[in-house]
Amino acid sequence: MSPSLLHLILGAAVLLPLGSFVVILLCAKWLGDKAGLVATAAILSSGLLSFGAFGIWVYAHFPQPVHHEKHAEHPRPLASDHHPSPAPEGKHSRVADAPLNFVSFAQEPAEKSKTADHPPAAAAASAEPESAAPGNAHHTERPVYTGEYYTLGQFGPLRITISYYIDALTIAMFCMVTLIATLIHVYAIGYMHDELSPVTDKEVVLSSGEVLHRPGRYPRFFQYLSLFCFSMLGLVLSGNIAMVFVFWELVGICSYFLIGFYIERQSASNAANKAFIVNRVGDFGMIIGLLVIWSTLGTFAFGDVDTDRDGTKEPGIFSLVRPEPNHALIVPDEMVKADAYEEIAGVYSDHSTDADGLSRSQSEVASRVSGWRAKGYGYWLLVLAGVGIFCGCVGKSAQFPLHVWLPDAMEGPTPVSALVHSATMVAAGVYLVGRFFPVFTPEVLLVIAVIGTITMLLGASIAFAAYDIKRVLAYSTVSQLGLMMLALGVGGWAAGMMHLITHAFFKSLLFMCSGSVIHAVHSNDMRKMGGLFGKMPVTAITMLIGCLAIAGASVPFVIGFSGYYSKDAILEQALSFWQQNGTPWSGLFFVLAVFGAALTTCYMFRMWFMTFVGQPRDEHANEHAHESPPVMVLPLVVLAVMAVSVAWSYQLAGYFAIAAACFVGRAFQQGWQRGLRARRGHGHDGHGDHGHDDHGHGAHGSGDHGHSGHGQDHGPAAHSHDEPTAPPISWRWLAMTLVLTLVLGGVWQWLVLREYKRQPQLAVREGLSIAGLLEQARPAGTAADAAGVWVKATWPNEHDSHALSIRVPATLAATASWLGGFLIAAAFFWWGLLSPDDVRRQFAPLHTALVNKWWFDELYDFVFVRPMFVVSRVIAGIDKRWIDGFLDGLAAGTARFARWWEFIADQSLVDGLVNLIAGWTWSLGLSLRAIQTGRIRQYVMFIVIGAIAIFVLISFFWSPTLARP
Amino acid sequence: MNPFTEPITVSHYLAAGAVLFVAGAICMATKRNALGVLMGIELVLNGANLNFVAFGSKFLRADTLGLDGELIALFVIVLAAAEAAVALAIALNFYNNHTTIDVDQADELKG
Repeated sequence: MSPSLLHLILGAAVLLPLGSFVVILLCAKWLGDKAGLVATAAILSSGLLSFGAFGIWVYAHFPQPVHHEKHAEHPRPLASDHHPSPAPEGKHSRVADAPLNFVSFAQEPAEKSKTADHPPAAAAASAEPESAAPGNAHHTERPVYTGEYYTLGQFGPLRITISYYIDALTIAMFCMVTLIATLIHVYAIGYMHDELSPVTDKEVVLSSGEVLHRPGRYPRFFQYLSLFCFSMLGLVLSGNIAMVFVFWELVGICSYFLIGFYIERQSASNAANKAFIVNRVGDFGMIIGLLVIWSTLGTFAFGDVDTDRDGTKEPGIFSLVRPEPNHALIVPDEMVKADAYEEIAGVYSDHSTDADGLSRSQSEVASRVSGWRAKGYGYWLLVLAGVGIFCGCVGKSAQFPLHVWLPDAMEGPTPVSALVHSATMVAAGVYLVGRFFPVFTPEVLLVIAVIGTITMLLGASIAFAAYDIKRVLAYSTVSQLGLMMLALGVGGWAAGMMHLITHAFFKSLLFMCSGSVIHAVHSNDMRKMGGLFGKMPVTAITMLIGCLAIAGASVPFVIGFSGYYSKDAILEQALSFWQQNGTPWSGLFFVLAVFGAALTTCYMFRMWFMTFVGQPRDEHANEHAHESPPVMVLPLVVLAVMAVSVAWSYQLAGYFAIAAACFVGRAFQQGWQRGLRARRGHGHDGHGDHGHDDHGHGAHGSGDHGHSGHGQDHGPAAHSHDEPTAPPISWRWLAMTLVLTLVLGGVWQWLVLREYKRQPQLAVREGLSIAGLLEQARPAGTAADAAGVWVKATWPNEHDSHALSIRVPATLAATASWLGGFLIAAAFFWWGLLSPDDVRRQFAPLHTALVNKWWFDELYDFVFVRPMFVVSRVIAGIDKRWIDGFLDGLAAGTARFARWWEFIADQSLVDGLVNLIAGWTWSLGLSLRAIQTGRIRQYVMFIVIGAIAIFVLISFFWSPTLARP
Repeated sequence: MNPFTEPITVSHYLAAGAVLFVAGAICMATKRNALGVLMGIELVLNGANLNFVAFGSKFLRADTLGLDGELIALFVIVLAAAEAAVALAIALNFYNNHTTIDVDQADELKG
């Protein structure tokens, strides 16, 4: 399996969900409930292909260990000193304190992204890996595969292609997206079971006063899910920014479809419109960024691709803004020239009288470009491009001020929230920031960091006042996306990307658990929950794992949940940023990030405690509550395992693999696979009751039911309401699982470590992990400090942040924050030491602000929506009065003219003529009739006279010659 | 030139034939009796016969046509007889329908 097949494998992984979309689109009627299986099969195959690609990648480019203490201390020489070294550790000398050398971003230890050119394998797609063999690679080796699948068109200098850009980040995103999507498809098969039969939607009241009855829309849901998966995977694979934009819009429209899945509900359809329109506002900025890039750089492609088949690769965007040799960020020549047009005009006019003036002007311009660049020409264009692209990300990732659509997007079914609005689509914005990172100047990074911080605090604060469980999670998503942007903005590329991946897992886990809770209690309202731990233990425990993961819980410096690693990395980078700059405002990022972490923990545990702990607040809802059916619980468990361990290193993976295997084995032992179809149960969504009035109260004595009324589609084994539908997990079994996990996992770890010892070039101590994989994708040139031109600050490189002097305080701060948040939440909602009502009264104005979501919706309504309505009323008036009036008048005039003309032309002329001729014919006939008297004597007379007349006539013309011989 | 005193030429015969023809034509045109009309037809045909004979006689050409003129006249006479038979049949039928042979009563072809 050679890496040159990667583009085909990943291309197939992208197209499979599209195929599933088409199949379901065309054959929905015949597929019925198998539509879910088709979609799941497609995304599962994509997942297998992605993990296959991951395997190929690892085999070809094994990531180097990311052991923090080892990296940070290598001194930063100004000259290039990189050379392949056989043993990676020889590079790192242990120094107790890492001196934080200030290095201007113009000089940087040379990166190595070696290009190995082989002749293109196929004409259209040249997959050329830029890497050396793994053994002697420097830790900043960046293998990348770029190429084109197909050229859509070439319009002068504008070239639009379908191309790919595969590096470690792509592989990681593919694996994450397909894995989560597969689990969510399985979950949705259970959750959307309601849609297999006609549905009564209590939230829609028709004009006749009745509640809506509509046919079910099960296949449509999976059709949209498949289209979404295709769009997301295509976005990740994209090799040029125009293709990213196409898929950007595609994910936006899929989100519109999915949010507005219950199209008859006014709230859902409004939310879908809001999401799409707000996204479009962001896309306006993105188009501006695209325009700047294309007009100055002339290409959309990220990497270097051979476009004109002459064997040399034309530089892509990344190479243009960060050229060899040291990949520092510079303003490309074309951008400088675009800005210095006055100077260029001067040069040309100076040489206008020379003989070879044109070529001399060109050479003089070329020689003066670097001087202009040093004066700062063209820098603003680069900043504008970055800000423009970031605007798109603001819209897509629900950053301030375009965050208003995400909470309303919870109108969609829970699988949609879990997949689209927590793990993938909103992550697309962060992904694009990460992908486009080399182009962002430090000023743009500052903007990103500030917006991220504001968003983080905004989301976290509103989440405190939300009582709808999905809203809490939505605001949590907004807040965490803000944290990711903060991370990227202070220079923590790997930290932000790692948080993206870990967040995807635990956020989708949290959403699916909330879906499970909603399904049990038939309500989103946390004020009706409480005390559910006993009723739904698996959901409770998995949600607890999710909360701990998002809090970043850990045993400091030893081991932790996945969120610990990513959040720690973010805090380390923020602290490093503070230390590097030393000004108070630069410390704001770190302080606010820590504060945000504390807030996050606090509101997440508020949610958890309110839901699962204490006395039930609504007895009726609590009575009903039961664990979800297996098809919904299994993805929860798998995701929980991932949420715990996705950031761990390879040899630790054995632990969670064993644990997962135990759960799955237990499932088969309980016969889940047999009951999977029949016990799919039903999914709910929205706020109201879903109309199961015979819900589990002794009405199902035996297995056979008639199909009576609505929703009685449970099938033979449907007495699942009377007993908890998840298999009872006994403590004994749990203990056995734990022991098995530890023992077998330990064996695995020992085996792996032994292998590493025998082949030291593979890795030492820590091996393959997310962090290592992401390091392989670090953009060229970002391993150095960067100094802003307009902003007098320096962005430290990420490796320095792993120094102990930074790591220790950051980890301690993180631990303090999550513990503090947890304790506060516990004090309020578990131990009941403090009362939330008192706090609400005490901070009434603040609470009002939070409940009203800081009045953003009202503000936008006032500033944008109402003026829009006024304008549209005016225009509608113009339309009705003037335009319609004009048209109607025109039509009436035409009708009048037609009537008048009809009289003149048709009646008078045409009819008259015809009548005249007819009259003549009539009178002629009448006269001829008079000849026929019927009297024979007259006829004979006519004959005689006629004969005589003929003879007389002839006699005038004929002279007889025979008369005389 | 007095036609009565001139030596006999073909014109005299033609004149005689013409007189017969015209008499027959007038008879056809003016008689109310159907039989009278038939007589008129006979006269006409006989007038034509005279013409034929005249043109086949020695008065028109030096080398006469022998008896060609007379033969044609014979044919015509036969035809006249056949036609008279038919015409009498028509008249008989007419009498059966109208109980009269007044041709003025035969105006059913009036348009």
